[in-house]
Amino acid sequence: MPEVTKLIYKYLRHDKKFPHVWCPGCGTGIVLGSLIRAIDRTEYEKDDIVLVSGIGCSGRMPVYVDFNTLHTTHGRALTFATGIKLANPNLNVIVVMGDGDAIAIGGNHFIHAARRNIDLTAIIVNNSIYGMTGGQYSPTTPYGMSATTAPYIHIEQEFKISELAVTAGAVFVGRGTVYHAKLLDSLIEKAILKKGFGVVEVISHCHVQYGKQNRLGSAVDMMKWQRDNAVTVQGAKRMKPEELEGKIIIGVLVDKELPIFQDEYDKVRERAKEQTTSTA
Amino acid sequence: MKGEMKKRQPNEFLMQGNEAVVEGALVAGCRFFAGYPITPATEISEVMSVKLPRVDGTFIQMEDEIASMGAIIGASLAGIKSMTATSGPGFSLMQENLGFACMAEVPCVVVDVMRGGPSTGIPTYPSQGDVMQARWGTHGDHPIIVLAPSTVKECFDLTVKAFNFSEKYRTPVIIVFDEVVGHMREKVVLPRPEEVEVIDRIKPTMPPEWYIPYEDTPQGVPPMASFGSGYRFHVTGLTHDIRGFPTLRPDEVGPFMDRIHRKITLGLPEIQMGDFFELEDADIAVIAYGSVARSAKRAVMDAREKGIKVGLLKLMTLWPFMRAAIEKVIQRTKVLIIPEINMGQISREVKRVNEGKAMVNTINRVDGLMITPGQISRKIREVS
Repeated sequence: MPEVTKLIYKYLRHDKKFPHVWCPGCGTGIVLGSLIRAIDRTEYEKDDIVLVSGIGCSGRMPVYVDFNTLHTTHGRALTFATGIKLANPNLNVIVVMGDGDAIAIGGNHFIHAARRNIDLTAIIVNNSIYGMTGGQYSPTTPYGMSATTAPYIHIEQEFKISELAVTAGAVFVGRGTVYHAKLLDSLIEKAILKKGFGVVEVISHCHVQYGKQNRLGSAVDMMKWQRDNAVTVQGAKRMKPEELEGKIIIGVLVDKELPIFQDEYDKVRERAKEQTTSTA
Repeated sequence: MKGEMKKRQPNEFLMQGNEAVVEGALVAGCRFFAGYPITPATEISEVMSVKLPRVDGTFIQMEDEIASMGAIIGASLAGIKSMTATSGPGFSLMQENLGFACMAEVPCVVVDVMRGGPSTGIPTYPSQGDVMQARWGTHGDHPIIVLAPSTVKECFDLTVKAFNFSEKYRTPVIIVFDEVVGHMREKVVLPRPEEVEVIDRIKPTMPPEWYIPYEDTPQGVPPMASFGSGYRFHVTGLTHDIRGFPTLRPDEVGPFMDRIHRKITLGLPEIQMGDFFELEDADIAVIAYGSVARSAKRAVMDAREKGIKVGLLKLMTLWPFMRAAIEKVIQRTKVLIIPEINMGQISREVKRVNEGKAMVNTINRVDGLMITPGQISRKIREVS
């Protein structure tokens, strides 16, 4: 049996009605494929994985896979994940969000989750648009582009998600694209294995909404753009800032150590118990 | 006997309503609390942050009340009893995920210590202005249980009940009380933990491959598996079929909505709690809850001394509304007095049940102060 068939059989839900909700050519399915391959490499049991999502195209990802799965409210996935992880630290909690989900409505939760350093993995599928609702501009829609709510050209600056995660204190930040699927597999695997708050930003495409409105061509054309505009972290070091303008830097941006919330809270429990016995 | 002081019993305390909520929660098995500071509910967070780590529980201060509500739902899905506490402005933020807990049937407890509103309002003064928000604050048709203590002891007892109901019926339970109850200190004798009845959610006993997470049962409450216990299933805020997967089919949506309402209706006899005081021969009945019920009791006792036949129905459950109890009171009495620290939220419900049978008088106060026994006494004299 080919490897992919084994993975499909092992990880996709047999009792879930397919086809999935994503448009033909969508990048979200590629992210799901990467996620499954990464989880398979980590050798975690399916029972120990919780896949949490918010709202939007990416929000529908958990329903297809055979883990403990939770489809939460818009932007709030990280808050639910925080409760799950603290209630049962043995679970491996992975959160998948979109750019609007994680950075607009959930932006505050995102930066605080990064700062708090609870052992979670956040995967953000960044396709620069609100796809499910029909192509409205998102916080990552670049200046000068079109959207159904920016019919006269978008006038705001975009959020750089990975750079935001770095500044907010995430201990692992990686960026990939859906074109560079093998790199994406390894970034997600590293983020899952990393103790602490790990972020993987995935540059994806929405040819149906964003691509069509901005005449960027088919899904294949948009993936070729990812190929032609991606620069590795190592390559970027040799380039001047003006050369990097408009490029996507891919690879591991940050991998550092900071105290992890659960470990620190174990110490809090010890201190609390010591104080009870000393005052009794 | 000079200088002899009454010896304090081991379980006798002088404490605030807010503190008693924490004691009740811990005895009921709460081991996770997520909150955000807000007056006049902050003491609940503070005492939780002291006590939870001692019993291997977890306290976390989140970035806002939206996050607090999300975190307690997550913790409950992982099998831990959880709670948050807030006041009006934070309660408004919680409505979104409160609806998620109703939809996904996740047990959890939310305390709303009511302060003057709307908006930022009067943070340090009492109010009962969130009664309707507790019922209908989150969008869509949903069942909810809302309890309302009026004493420090009831803060303890009803918090235990809130956890028990949330576990038994797989629903969020809201506890509302005004700032007076939250901050008032009283002597309480708390029961020993082993004397308290604690109910835990029913977990599946069948093998995982047979588990259907939202399948109907005679009581309408499906067994609930914890994440990580080997029962892998899907939880969503979308309307779902019995397997938990999103559905648009009317023949699946209808029965789901019926079931989540039926499970609470079947529990009404135990969920609806009230205290009938001097009502047997009463011509006038006062209906009150929270700190107002205390003022009302004083007023009723004073009026009884003067020979006025008046009684009190103290509501300890606000929602589902105690229609049967109110109807019983209306059958016996001609005049009702409903004092509230709002513009008339429960009195509207009473009028709906009353259908014009008894004369309904209201006392409403929204100037930031509590309703005094004197105010109610005056009304009793007026109508007697």
